[in-house]
Amino acid sequence: MNLNIVITGVGGQGNVLASRILAQAAVEAGYKVRTSEAIGMAQREGMVMSHVRMGECLYGAVIPDGKADVLLGFELAETIRGLPKLNKKGVVIANKSCVIPVSAALGISSYQRDKLTRYLQDHVNNLHLFDATALAAQAGTVKATNIVLLGALAALNLLPYTCADLLNVVLESVPSKFKDVNKRAFELGYRAMEV
Amino acid sequence: MKKLLMGNEAIAYGAVEAGVRVATAYPGTPSSEVFAALAAMAKENGIYAEWSINEKAALEVAAGAAYAGARAMVTMKQVGLNVAADPLMTLAYIGVKGGLVLVVADDPGPHSSQNEQDTRKFAQLAKLPVLDPAAPQEAKDMTVAAFDISEELGLPVILRPTTRTCHVCQDVELGEQKNTPEPPGFAKDSRWVIFPSLAFKRHRWLNKQQEAARNILESLPFNSSEYAEGDVGVVACGVAYNYVKEALGILGVEVSVLKIGTPYPLPEKLALKFLQRHRQVLVVEEQEPVVEDQLINLTWSNGLPLKLSGKRGGYIPREGELDVDKVLSALAKFIGTELPRKQENEVLPPMPLRTPVLCAGCPHRASFYAFKQAAGNDAIFTGDIGCYTLGNMPPLNAMDTCLCMGASITIASGLYRVEPERKIAAFLGDSTFFHTGIAGLVNAVHNKANITVVILDNRSTAMTGHQPHPGLEWTATGEPTNGLDITKIVKACGVEMVRVVDPYDLETAKQAAGEALDFNGPAVVIMRRECAALTRKRQALRQVDLETCVGCGMCIDELGCPAIIKQDGLPVITNTCTGCGVCSQICPTGAIREVR
Repeated sequence: MNLNIVITGVGGQGNVLASRILAQAAVEAGYKVRTSEAIGMAQREGMVMSHVRMGECLYGAVIPDGKADVLLGFELAETIRGLPKLNKKGVVIANKSCVIPVSAALGISSYQRDKLTRYLQDHVNNLHLFDATALAAQAGTVKATNIVLLGALAALNLLPYTCADLLNVVLESVPSKFKDVNKRAFELGYRAMEV
Repeated sequence: MKKLLMGNEAIAYGAVEAGVRVATAYPGTPSSEVFAALAAMAKENGIYAEWSINEKAALEVAAGAAYAGARAMVTMKQVGLNVAADPLMTLAYIGVKGGLVLVVADDPGPHSSQNEQDTRKFAQLAKLPVLDPAAPQEAKDMTVAAFDISEELGLPVILRPTTRTCHVCQDVELGEQKNTPEPPGFAKDSRWVIFPSLAFKRHRWLNKQQEAARNILESLPFNSSEYAEGDVGVVACGVAYNYVKEALGILGVEVSVLKIGTPYPLPEKLALKFLQRHRQVLVVEEQEPVVEDQLINLTWSNGLPLKLSGKRGGYIPREGELDVDKVLSALAKFIGTELPRKQENEVLPPMPLRTPVLCAGCPHRASFYAFKQAAGNDAIFTGDIGCYTLGNMPPLNAMDTCLCMGASITIASGLYRVEPERKIAAFLGDSTFFHTGIAGLVNAVHNKANITVVILDNRSTAMTGHQPHPGLEWTATGEPTNGLDITKIVKACGVEMVRVVDPYDLETAKQAAGEALDFNGPAVVIMRRECAALTRKRQALRQVDLETCVGCGMCIDELGCPAIIKQDGLPVITNTCTGCGVCSQICPTGAIREVR
């Protein structure tokens, strides 16, 4: 088993936490793990991409182009930016919600939400597109968007560990006062894949 | 069970395992988490840990501890070593008693740095051994080994991880903590006092140590060779080893691989044996051709019939970071095999531009805006290293120069000599002021540079992860300490015009900026407001009253705050608003109000 997961989003969306949770669960399941994360200047509202690799024989942490099995997109446009990493048979689990960059408000570039959504629908065979931010808000805080997406990923049976294993690591990774809201977020994400 | 650790954390665990007693650092991406992890473990392990004011101070404090026989570690980013170069070059002559390890993180790409300098070159210049880890586990193991090597040779040793080791996580196997003896203390001896006559003697000793170092490194598991059939071989150093192994797997070819974990001094016996068995060798390494040049020497001095390529020969890029895809192309070209067909990616639709920007509510935005209003477009704003470098982004466009830590004041002083009539303001952060800003300010006062210095005092070293600095009341390990008063320091430097203002109060800030710019002589404005990312208690959030808003766009076009987006041509304030209220103050119709 070798599984490559790319996570894309915007600095501040909990990208690093999500990749650590996926990796920790893999370590607990006895796999070798590599992650690579964007830390530093990119955190300030910039584009971020995390790489998570788990399996038996691993070298570098950065996933080559076309070698990701799963693309977890925390933000609509950033999901598209991650597509070159995805294997043609790969699965995309993505958030419909957008984070509009300053450049769009300033008119330096444009954020064409409908075009981007259509592009994803036209170009990805294995697409699960839903409003994870809305589900996180329903769970109690939009900050749990990352956990909603982990719940959705867990529902697709792609990971080398169970949904309960992943949820356990989620709950160990968040402060105790946020356990309930994260549990709800995880379950809402999980259920979003059932329909 | 193995522990999931980031490379930087693994290095910290390695230092604890090796019995480090004193740890010092100045933050800088990608190195900062080494010390942060170490500081968190300091108390329980009896380690003294300090954020020093700059890398020179950090290295000297660590060296002092090593003089007294304690194991010491100092961490910094690659450009930090430039600041610490003065003590380093002579410390190599003097040597150490307790093991001294410098962790200097390189940033090929660069991701978060102002250059791509290669610390392995610095190690060669200083004639010090350097270890180059390929992954967090190796980084941990090398850290432990580095302390032993340092004590055996009596030399400081450099561990040089790159971003893809520092910020990579791996399942890491930890070792037993070593019981290191109590440090014997400082023994008075003329060996600690460098004089020209001693320098000559020690230089001879240092040169001799190069061979001793080579012999030690030769025997370490970090260098290894894997032989395959054929006359083609690949040499890989540091993280490049990962890319070579993965690329060879994708190509489905087997060639011999020499892995180099200690690029200087090069393990020559191992390398020579490898070169002798091959006719064509490709050297794969990031940044400078450090291993490649040493191998060329070895090939030449042994008269080997060998084609050796790498950066020289154009196979391996000289700039930026390597990855599997780049190495794959280089290997296919070198071996003369077909590249596997790449899947064709569709052309992406027009994508929004997303660059890092100052956070919503960042007080720096207000400071820049106030100064722009007061100074006009002709004024020159010199900048420095920190979050506020992002002030150069549109729409603020408020940074005209950025060179290195502390250079804002001194570059401004130089510009003033050529254009004494022009308004010039130098912007630097509080931590940068302590790092190398004070010396520049003294220089400006002494030499009567008529410039304005703006200290963006957000009570933190924010960009690198909110480390404390001497202006704050706590240390790296959370001990209370006396915070130094920047205002008093500035006055003691001889500045006669000093203003302290809250940048959120735009009118007062603008007025202070104007007075400072008009002042005849060096003036200082301290813009004091805690970093918005640290402020727990938020102010009243804002919203746009669309009845009153005339859609002039000032709030968006002047400030570029990420909390304000445009919908149907009108501004909308999103939930990332921190309530700084700066947009309310510039709105000409008073349409931006507190959320009730």
